[in-house]
Amino acid sequence: MKARVTVTLKSGILDPQGKAIEGALKSLGVDGVASVRQGKVFDIELSGSDKAKAEAALKDAADKLLANTVIENYAIEVKA
Amino acid sequence: MQAVLATLALEKPASNGYVFAASALLPTILVVQPGTTMKSAVLVFPGINRERDMARALKLASGQEAAMVWHADTALPKGTDLVVVPGGFSYGDYLRCGAIAARAPVMDAVRKFAAGGGLVLGVCNGFQILCEAGLLPGVLMRNARLKFVCKDVHLRVERSDTPFTRGYNAGQVIRVPVAHGEGNYEADEETVKRLEDEGRVLYRYCSAEGIVDEESNINGAAQSIAGIVNEGGNVLGMMPHPENHVEDIMGCTDGRGLFAGLAAHLEKAA
Repeated sequence: MKARVTVTLKSGILDPQGKAIEGALKSLGVDGVASVRQGKVFDIELSGSDKAKAEAALKDAADKLLANTVIENYAIEVKA
Repeated sequence: MQAVLATLALEKPASNGYVFAASALLPTILVVQPGTTMKSAVLVFPGINRERDMARALKLASGQEAAMVWHADTALPKGTDLVVVPGGFSYGDYLRCGAIAARAPVMDAVRKFAAGGGLVLGVCNGFQILCEAGLLPGVLMRNARLKFVCKDVHLRVERSDTPFTRGYNAGQVIRVPVAHGEGNYEADEETVKRLEDEGRVLYRYCSAEGIVDEESNINGAAQSIAGIVNEGGNVLGMMPHPENHVEDIMGCTDGRGLFAGLAAHLEKAA
C-alpha cells in the first residue's frame, strides 16, 4: 500500500523560504504568482492492506516525527 | 569579564573554593579547587561538532572531566548533575534541525533527568534538539533574513538569579559567537507572553550598549530571544555559543560566567 503525507506550515507562520521562492519566480517572469508557501512530501510504502490501520500508523508517524505540530499541519492520503 | 570576576569574587568569597589562576597554561581562567563536584555529561549525536569545545569549557570551569554520552545509550552516567546538548548539525539537519536527535534513546533518560529537576543546557543545535524533544516550548525557524549567521553578537543577561546566569549581573552585556541558519525563535503568542511574564527569557540579542532593537536581532527571533528556560527553570536552551568565549586565546572570555555560575551552583547544591 502506498501513502503520502504532506506537511505544510500553519497559516500565520513566517515562511522565509517560501518568500524567497516567490521572489525567484517573480524575477523569472512567471506570471500570476501571488504567494508561495513551501512544505514537505513523504511518500511512504506500507506493508499490510488494512487501510484504517495504515492511517492510524501514519498519523502516529506524523505526530511523533514527520511534522512539528507547533508550526506545521499535515495531511494523510492512503492510496489503495 | 573583569566585572564578572569581580562579581563572583564579591558574591562568593574564598570559602567557595574559587581561585583565579595566573599560570601560563591557564591565564586568568577561573579554576575551582579540588572538591568541586560538578559531574557533567555531554551528549554526542552523529553530526554534532561542538562537543569537544563544550567539554573543554566545562573542565575549565569545574576542574572535572565531562563524560561523553553516546546518543544510543539509554542511561546517563551515575551521579550526573548537568546534561549538556552541544551544537553542530545532528543528522545533517535532516527533516528539521534537531528533530531526529530529539527522538534518540538517550533523550528519554534526559527527559527523566529534567523532570527530576536536573540541570540541562542546550546550545545551538542543542537548543533545537531540546525544543524538538518537548523539553522547551517553541521552535527555531529559518533565520528571518535567510542567511547563515556566523559572527560575534551581544547578549543582554536578563536576570542573575538562576543557575545559568548567576555568574553575571542582571542587565550585563556579554559578547559571544553565533553560528546558525535556523535560530529564529518562534512560539505562539500565548507562550511568548508566558515566557516574558514568568521571566524565562534569560538571554536576549542586543547592541553593544545593551539596547534590544531590530538591528541587533540577528535572526528575527520573537522578542529578540536568544535563550530561554523551561517552567521549572532547570532547562536552558540558547543559540549563541558561550563555550567558544572562555579562554584568552579566543579573544574574549565573556562566556565563562555561564559555566562558572553552573559550577558554583552545583558546588552549593552538593
